[in-house]
Amino acid sequence: MDYAPLLLLLFAFTLAVFLGFELISKVPSQLHTPLMSGSNAISGITIVGALLALSSGGSAYAQWIGFAAVVFATINVVGGYLVTDRMLAMFKKKGDSKGGTDA
Amino acid sequence: MSALINLIYIAASILFIFGIKMLGSAETARKGNQLSSVGMLLAVIATLLYGGLSWWMVVAGVVVGGAIGAIAASRVQMTGMPELVALFNGFGGIASLLVGGAEFAKVQDLKITGYLDALEAQSGVAVPAWFVLVAIGLAVLIGGITFTGSLIAYGKLSGKLDGKPTVFPGQRFVNLAVLGVAVAAMALIVSNADGSTALIAGVSLVVLAMLVGVMMTIPIGGGDMPVVISLLNSFSGVAAAMAGFIIANNVLVVAGCLVGASGMILTVIMCKAMNRTLGNVLFGGFGAASQSGGEVEGEMKAASIEDAFYVLEAAQSVVIIPGYGMAVAQAQHAVKELAEILEENGAEVRFAIHPVAGRMPGHMNVLLAEADVPYEQLQEMDQVNPIMPTVDVAIVIGANDVVNPAALEDEGCPIYGMPIILAHEARTVYCLKRGQGAGFSGLQNSLFFRENTRMLYGDAKATVAGLVSEFSN
Repeated sequence: MDYAPLLLLLFAFTLAVFLGFELISKVPSQLHTPLMSGSNAISGITIVGALLALSSGGSAYAQWIGFAAVVFATINVVGGYLVTDRMLAMFKKKGDSKGGTDA
Repeated sequence: MSALINLIYIAASILFIFGIKMLGSAETARKGNQLSSVGMLLAVIATLLYGGLSWWMVVAGVVVGGAIGAIAASRVQMTGMPELVALFNGFGGIASLLVGGAEFAKVQDLKITGYLDALEAQSGVAVPAWFVLVAIGLAVLIGGITFTGSLIAYGKLSGKLDGKPTVFPGQRFVNLAVLGVAVAAMALIVSNADGSTALIAGVSLVVLAMLVGVMMTIPIGGGDMPVVISLLNSFSGVAAAMAGFIIANNVLVVAGCLVGASGMILTVIMCKAMNRTLGNVLFGGFGAASQSGGEVEGEMKAASIEDAFYVLEAAQSVVIIPGYGMAVAQAQHAVKELAEILEENGAEVRFAIHPVAGRMPGHMNVLLAEADVPYEQLQEMDQVNPIMPTVDVAIVIGANDVVNPAALEDEGCPIYGMPIILAHEARTVYCLKRGQGAGFSGLQNSLFFRENTRMLYGDAKATVAGLVSEFSN
């Protein structure tokens, strides 16, 4: 058995762990909610797996399970991105929407 | 074709990475989220290039799921955000579970050797049987835990379930036993994936995984939800990565893993903000019973809105400390109005946000952003605490444990050591509170009994609106 492709996959996995830690560790707490909901949308990437489960070579069982997976994953992806966008649209600097008050 | 698909996957991964990076700053966050959504679109399109998919199912699934997601996202109130995020997260979890299930159904159908051949034809990667089967098992297990755990979190956050922890004797032992049986079911599948025993083991694994998710979440109280949501967010990423290992798909592994890591970081940040370990949050049953300790001498002194108005009118600097109570009372717009009036009156107004205030990481920031409070005015605990002694008035709106000075002084109290916002150092403290009950931790808040503290009882929104109207008279 040739383990090389598998090891490459594990390699990517390991690097992604460190990358994830590096990317997130400096996020200010005011952005924690959009960050969580935005990364939650990314976890909907499982839609790729769900789509591949719909390959017509599979049994009807596998396809129907895959169909349900596609529906749930799409809810996660579409809803997650939209709701994050809605939240981020509200984050405004002083004076963005109206004249700044003199404090 | 496979090379092209993988190149597009790489592009998608880069967009995810930049997207997450840009989410880290308020100026670029919105664009970052859009970039990452483009990445997702690319990944989906690339996947469709594999061809041989059942097209009507692809279209129907995406249309139905997209419509549900879009409607839910556009209708939700900002106060309902924590539970919606929990719900979406749960859907991501069950999607990964189902991906594992669909692959398992294929294994049953084609037998493991046939399945591995088909997999190699599709992905170009030859993988050993045990590896695929372990990945299937983990995707189902972690996906199932994410699903039901998120549903319970959803129930607790939306008030459909009691927010109090559910604990019973021997709980940890029972949980471990259930998890053990689930692992045994996995082992059974790995040892022989073809037979009918494997099918029974597979179905049991789904049920057990879902049971673990429920059992894990019920002992955790409402106030610890920020930790739980970020942990489950991390799980949903890991589940996706496991689904990626099954089909040897790079973009699934990388993106899932990024989410897993980032969710874990957030979880750790939340735990640190409470000075507790993850183990203590998960297994502590915190707030289940009214804790002993924290007995406070003295009495709470009530004040009227009028009294508060006179003090606020003279104040030069005001710090507003919001908590979950502000979300419950939906008082954010009234609070913003009060802040504006105070500024017009010449006071310097700051909002002090504790990292675990509310029910989700950054919960208060979202609500105040909705009410149009500029984000520069929202300050973190460490920025505000040094200036607290110079502050004239601190207004605590529905926050409790995060301003309890017992965390600094009383070694016997359960929240001892938790970093707090030093509201008690302000010259005068007004606490808006519905009644005289204790906080989430079951503790009496010694802040309420301080010499410089006055209580404003009643609905927070009504109280703040009352203050606003006093100013306009």
